[in-house]
Amino acid sequence: MYLEKYFKKVSKEIRRNVLIISNLAKSSHIGSSLSIVDLLVVLYKSHIKKNIFILSKGHACLGYYCVLEKYNYISKKILNTYGKNNSILLSHVSHKVPGVEFSTGSLGHGLPFAVGRALAEKMNKKNKKIFVLLSDGELNEGTTWESLLFASFHNLNNLIVIIDYNKIQSLDYTKNVLQIEPLDKKLKSFGCKVKNIDGHNFRQIQNALSANSKNKPYIIIANTTKGKGVKFMEDSVLWHYRSPSNIELKNALNNLK
Amino acid sequence: MRDIFIEELITATKKNRNIVLIVNDLGFGVIEKFCKKFPNNYFNAGISEQSMIGYAAGLAAAGKHVFVYSIANFPTFRCAEQIRNDVDYHNLPVTIVSVGAGVGYGNLGYTHHALQDYSLMRSFPNTIILSPGDVMETRSCMRYIVNNPQPSYLRLDKSSNFKIHDKLPKVSPGKWIEILKNNKNNTYLTTGSVINHTIKNFIKKNFSLYSMPIWGMKSKNKQFLKINKFKKIITVEDHFQDGGFQSWLNESINNKNCKTKIISKSISSLVINKVGSQKYLMKYLK
Repeated sequence: MYLEKYFKKVSKEIRRNVLIISNLAKSSHIGSSLSIVDLLVVLYKSHIKKNIFILSKGHACLGYYCVLEKYNYISKKILNTYGKNNSILLSHVSHKVPGVEFSTGSLGHGLPFAVGRALAEKMNKKNKKIFVLLSDGELNEGTTWESLLFASFHNLNNLIVIIDYNKIQSLDYTKNVLQIEPLDKKLKSFGCKVKNIDGHNFRQIQNALSANSKNKPYIIIANTTKGKGVKFMEDSVLWHYRSPSNIELKNALNNLK
Repeated sequence: MRDIFIEELITATKKNRNIVLIVNDLGFGVIEKFCKKFPNNYFNAGISEQSMIGYAAGLAAAGKHVFVYSIANFPTFRCAEQIRNDVDYHNLPVTIVSVGAGVGYGNLGYTHHALQDYSLMRSFPNTIILSPGDVMETRSCMRYIVNNPQPSYLRLDKSSNFKIHDKLPKVSPGKWIEILKNNKNNTYLTTGSVINHTIKNFIKKNFSLYSMPIWGMKSKNKQFLKINKFKKIITVEDHFQDGGFQSWLNESINNKNCKTKIISKSISSLVINKVGSQKYLMKYLK
């Protein structure tokens, strides 16, 4: 069943929460959170009850926490403590939060863990899929490529790697840092099944997440826009760091698509 | 020691098929028996230590007790952040096994000498260090960790088959194992495979001798009462003094009214760049 209207409504609601909480907590990484909202909404609506999810780009935790609240893993009350003293919600995703499998924050850790988790499923002859969401900047890390070699060698077709390809990393556009293109060719050459999608098109996300791989690790390159949903935050390095002021928040909420 | 490690691992895996062995393309002449018996419980991660610890954490999160086997500094310093974040922070049952304690790899040189590993591994709150002093302590340490799976670091001498205990000693974190009871005021206290070296080179008649094979951050503050019984303790370790076993013991009496003198015998940094066998390089343990 295709739930376009539902996904649109929920994504907007989650982006709204991300903006409001980011303003309250004066927290950064808002652009990184906004770029993954559509992917997470489809993933949590349709796939996570029976499977495992690991957010490797731990700095985008605010978007993730808002999704966890939407799907009843944490309460609104807990969500509102984000960034406050003594909250369980660190500003990098933490396994102390209900629903979170693995703490990340230092890049390049989520994929090796997911590979081990997927390997354990195979050993136990169980069918859970392991979804892991990586940033594009994270592809600079050696562990990404080491893990793909290993996952491919061991035919981990239960490993689904989603790359949030918003094309901006910490200081600059990915093409100006190390240039990871031609990305799909590189990933294919490591023995992975690769699918390119528009990471904000719900139908494409849903189709890609529902597909299976016969015997290879499966990689979804989700082409996304950093800061998606708020025009003045889109495709900008600045919103990796800034938190919206009260006026900017008001504009952003009015601007929200 | 490494043969006893693999023997014990085989015995444990017969009873518990959730034990997994991962290596980073090392272990020639040691691991084969295990691989043959349990091919589905063995993985070669290739030469990629950082990812290897990540795989181990993922397996452990799904209920496996993972033994990561390698040599010297490779499974500790090379992947320190993975141990810190993935294993220790998540409190997962991963046992990192390193063969070649101290200067065990002799003339392979400084890149292969484990001289700072205690300082790194003892800084992780959930991790225990298991540094057995002879073959019997190796067996006891293995049985302890198999029965108490947790983040852990098993540090083994490369080829020593030295035996001091007649029976398997009872081991637990922070426990002193008695070897010689000659004097109630003065004692040597060793960790790891330096017992033989201590007896041959240092020990005096009016000193007792104890070994402490298991220790770590959590067992530090329990040391005060034991230390306080002695006037003089001389620690021996095949590791630099900085951040090592003596530093750990000394920290346990900080800010406490304790008059015990704790003196260190440890490896001098002058060992760097010196060429020689393990036996030759041990002269830098002063």
